[in-house]
Amino acid sequence: MNTETQNMNVDDTLYETTFTKKFLQRKPYEKADPGKMHAHIPGIIKKIFVYEGKRAKKGENMMILEAMKMENTICAPADIVVKKLYIKEGDIVVKNQILIEVDFI
Amino acid sequence: MSIKQKLVDFFSKKEKIQGGGGTKAVEKQNAMGKMTARERIKALLDPGSFHEYDLFVEHKCNDFDMDKKQLPADGVITGTGTIYGSPVGIFAQDFTVAGGSLGLAHARKITKIMDHTVKLGIPLIGINDSGGARIQEGVNSLAGYGEIFYRNTLASGVIPQLSVILGPCAGGAVYSPALTDFVFVVDKISKMFITGPEVIKTVLREEVSMEDLGGAKVHTEISGNAHFFANSEAECFEQIKRLITFIPWNNAKKAKSFPAKPPKTTLNIEQIVPADARKPYDVRDIIKSVCDDSDFLEIQEKFAANIVIGFARLNGETVGIVANQPLVMAGVLDVDSSDKAARFIRFCDAFNIPLVTLVDLPGYLPGVDQEHAGVIRHGAKILYSYSEATVPKITLILRKAYGGGYIAMCSRHLGADFVFAWPTAEIAVMGPEGAANIIFRNEISSAKDPDEVRKLKVQEYTEKFANPYIAAANGHIDAVINPVETRDYLIHALNISENKKELRATKKHGIPPF
Repeated sequence: MNTETQNMNVDDTLYETTFTKKFLQRKPYEKADPGKMHAHIPGIIKKIFVYEGKRAKKGENMMILEAMKMENTICAPADIVVKKLYIKEGDIVVKNQILIEVDFI
Repeated sequence: MSIKQKLVDFFSKKEKIQGGGGTKAVEKQNAMGKMTARERIKALLDPGSFHEYDLFVEHKCNDFDMDKKQLPADGVITGTGTIYGSPVGIFAQDFTVAGGSLGLAHARKITKIMDHTVKLGIPLIGINDSGGARIQEGVNSLAGYGEIFYRNTLASGVIPQLSVILGPCAGGAVYSPALTDFVFVVDKISKMFITGPEVIKTVLREEVSMEDLGGAKVHTEISGNAHFFANSEAECFEQIKRLITFIPWNNAKKAKSFPAKPPKTTLNIEQIVPADARKPYDVRDIIKSVCDDSDFLEIQEKFAANIVIGFARLNGETVGIVANQPLVMAGVLDVDSSDKAARFIRFCDAFNIPLVTLVDLPGYLPGVDQEHAGVIRHGAKILYSYSEATVPKITLILRKAYGGGYIAMCSRHLGADFVFAWPTAEIAVMGPEGAANIIFRNEISSAKDPDEVRKLKVQEYTEKFANPYIAAANGHIDAVINPVETRDYLIHALNISENKKELRATKKHGIPPF
């Protein structure tokens, strides 16, 4: 337990208290960006079929993420053009790591 | 064979089996800082009270040359004994024999002592120290685990079940402790996980040590899977013994009564509790100033410390205490603290232990992470378990009791038998700042000096509503009491509740928001 007191806001009132480690380490909320695609599971990038600037139709296979001995295909969520690739073939990725950024056409 | 020879033969057989995995394996066990299964039983139970059964049980596996292997007692010691004179059933896995691995005979020894303890109506203590399933026995080993889980579940709420993790407890094996009421762990010795570091590394490519994945600290501070943390096996056994004194043998009995003792420290509210509801204090100081001998056995001390739970005695009788902790997270209810309290309340209700609830909280914890983690369904558990409980329920409101938090903390509306409040109590729909900002929104925003008006309105609201008297006027609380009378009021309420009966509609079981 943290022994240093801090202020915590509940319904506009500031309470002097200590924070738990879990609370201090919580992930701040970020609005989801549909153009940014993240790894839904940790694994290895087996194959990439697209490159920056490449157009892809909705449902087109963009890459294979192998995890738990299963090949997961990462498909285009709509008709897109690849804006940025954050990974290369053979990369090991952790859960929620950003993989690719796309622009919707 | 003469009788004398038969006896000699018997003693030599017994001695051989009691040697466990042999001198080398025992030395290895001790070198890891671990006692052997037999040493543990001896250290935990009253001297000379242990009586062992099924010493001569053998496995029947013939595959992989297992028929040539003799496993003394099949790697688990079972029997009955006493702790401070109270009977208990016990099993202890013997890591020196095939790594304490669980085969069918091993499991059947455990299920046999489990069936015994249920019939006898005595607590069960399981000491876990096992590498896991005995792979050579294949699916029979899985059958063994399943038969244990089934009995853990059927025994739940009938007899207290204690699990002591004194070594590895991995894979399916973790689900027996998880189904029991109290889990004890020891620093650097206990390891609990579903999948180990090796598998995690191969499959997920995440590297983590056994200690960081499922060590004693992890389970008492982060996951909440364990209830008691000790630095040594000896300390762990003292904790178990102490817990046994607070709980009954079974659900048809009451916990043992002890001679009443006054608290070691007397209650001085002005020294402990700041008048300003925004300032923290340690609610455990209040508990210790009220209970017998200031003896409070806290459970899950480091997990969700914003709520304090544990056993104490009032006038010699065990009570379960649930208290908001203003010192941590202002005492809010959140996902973890709701889970923690709800399970404890159900244990107390199942085992005839009256509940004493101490209230001082600003409400539920706000935040996207909490909402997304399901604070609605987790928070509902505390409402469910308080409403469901039919043991005497006594609530004392120390200071703030706002909004949904007020309702959840065993309010009159959830069936509390007695609700008392100190003159410092503030029972209101929300804190003065929040309430004033909503009620007087227009007046504040249209004022020349909004801050000044807000201040005045907050003050006005505080004076009118931040007290126990409106709730008292509505009969939501039974008495506003002088803090120095707290122990007297609690003991009187407990005494007159001794024969409390509450009839409920018949049902197979409720459906708590798991």
